Amino acid sequence: MHLILFFIFAALCLAGAVNLLLQTHPINSALSLIVVMTSLAVLYLLLGAEFLAAAQVIVYAGAVMVLFTFVIMLLNAGREERTLGSRAARVVGFPAVAAFLALLATVLLKAHGLGRAAMQEGVTSTDDLSAVLFTKLLLPFEVTSVLILIAILGAVALTRHGDGERSASK
Amino acid sequence: MLSAILFSLGVIGFLIKRNLITVFMSIELMLNAVNLSFVTFAHQWHAVKGQIFVFFVMMVAAAEAAVGLAIIIAVFRARATLAVDRIDLMKL
Amino acid sequence: MTMLQFFLWSLLKVAVVTVVLLVGVAYTVLLERKLVGRIQNRWGPSRVGPFGLLQPLVDGAKSFLKEDIIPTAVYRPLYLLAPIIALGCALISIAVVPFGDPRVGRNGFHLFQISDVNIGLLVILGITSIGVYGVALAGWSSNNKYSLLGSLRSSAQLISYELALGLSLVGVVMRAGSLNLRIIVESQSSEGLLTWNIFGGLQFIAFFIYLMAAYAETNRSPFDLPEAESELTAGYHTEYSSMKFAMFFMAEYANMITVGCVATLLFLGGWTSPFGNLIPLPDNIVIQALLPIFWFVLKVFSFLFLYVWVRGTLPRFRYDQLMNYGWRYLLPLAILNIVGTSLWLAYK
Repeated sequence: MHLILFFIFAALCLAGAVNLLLQTHPINSALSLIVVMTSLAVLYLLLGAEFLAAAQVIVYAGAVMVLFTFVIMLLNAGREERTLGSRAARVVGFPAVAAFLALLATVLLKAHGLGRAAMQEGVTSTDDLSAVLFTKLLLPFEVTSVLILIAILGAVALTRHGDGERSASK
Repeated sequence: MLSAILFSLGVIGFLIKRNLITVFMSIELMLNAVNLSFVTFAHQWHAVKGQIFVFFVMMVAAAEAAVGLAIIIAVFRARATLAVDRIDLMKL
Repeated sequence: MTMLQFFLWSLLKVAVVTVVLLVGVAYTVLLERKLVGRIQNRWGPSRVGPFGLLQPLVDGAKSFLKEDIIPTAVYRPLYLLAPIIALGCALISIAVVPFGDPRVGRNGFHLFQISDVNIGLLVILGITSIGVYGVALAGWSSNNKYSLLGSLRSSAQLISYELALGLSLVGVVMRAGSLNLRIIVESQSSEGLLTWNIFGGLQFIAFFIYLMAAYAETNRSPFDLPEAESELTAGYHTEYSSMKFAMFFMAEYANMITVGCVATLLFLGGWTSPFGNLIPLPDNIVIQALLPIFWFVLKVFSFLFLYVWVRGTLPRFRYDQLMNYGWRYLLPLAILNIVGTSLWLAYK
């Protein structure tokens, strides 16, 4: 049962990612990215990371991607123009990406046969997660919160200088 | 393996897309791929820290998305275009 | 219990809950029309059936039979997808809500809850946050300035108030020490009314914040700016007609019911009786099983009543007031509440 679910959502995930690249309209790309993220959340569930699955849906699908679609709608971004793109990117880029993929795949597959990551039960509860997060890793946690504060200030400052209609919503 | 493919797709997207927002989405895709591998390894070795790392990545990604989109809006206000090829001047 | 049995039972539960929820939606609409009618000193629907009780059926039939207009300028795939997302998300989130005492059942199988998830609360929050896309895409794909304005307003509003909503729930979660809805209810069930989170738990500030944020999340008055008919015609669903409009409509009311359920579970003690152990439980096992459902439905009903009451009473906010209110007052208040609750818990 776990295996079937894994294959369904892995396929969904890949389809979404490929669709992201093929679509010319940004809002379609954004939607396929949402599909990728929600199916990743299901994969996290299968891997026993239930809190992360929920966080993935809330943070990524619910907040980050809403911002993306919001901006796309706000700027009314139209279809992508077919530009030639740099030739160097085509000639060097694709073989490089293929080689990179091969490299990553071999490394990942060699590491303890992770290609068939075992789908046993073993749910990490929110308690365990928070216990480690708030004791051992308290400093990184606080640093991240400062980082987010800075990011908020930066975002407001960047959009403020105009008439500031977006700063109210950020 | 899945995460490797996803990451590569993200890289491809980063290279071939010509729209600023889509390029940005490719970056998110790469981050997600990395997250997946983190969760998988954490599960494999019963380590909680891997998951916490994913948590941090999410927070940073959210911050990054906010700032990045703010920059995109600023750029759009200044240039009225989102094509990365057109944004090649350092001055306004 | 075998796999097949599990599937069959789950399917049955899903079917029953969906039907009950949809009927509930239909009668919430009727309740709202009747109540608002009374508040405005008129009768409300009273022609179809006794006291207008058959009105929802007729309304449903009407929206089925109406012509389904798809304007030529819309972006078709998303235009068709949006109502499905809206309604789907509204219906899915009810799956983790326990309606009655989950101990009723056998072999670890809960009769009154579709699935007992450890992170039930987060699941509901996540699914509601996905529901935003229904509204956003509807407005954008309609290719209409009123729709677009409505959906932009609504996305911004939903993101802003989701923060306050989430933070207001943290206090409750801290008191219960779990995100599991069943455990949250059980943590406030010992003394009836006195141990509900809203009274004994000293979470009335959280309840107030939740109430405000929930009104904003479900696009209800006084925060119904995304569909403010005086300025935006009908907001994001201006271009929708017939069944697709009905889907948005049902999604809105289903969301109201879900929000009511969550408020009941988190603040009002869920399915437990307000009198605690003062009234001894009746011996009959059927009544024992059904009494929690009665309390649950009663609580959700009073929450919906409050919804309609507020709608009939308060005028609509202005948009900048809405944003100011959310960010300047509700959010700091929610954070203060978290700090206060944690101090209190640490003191204890």
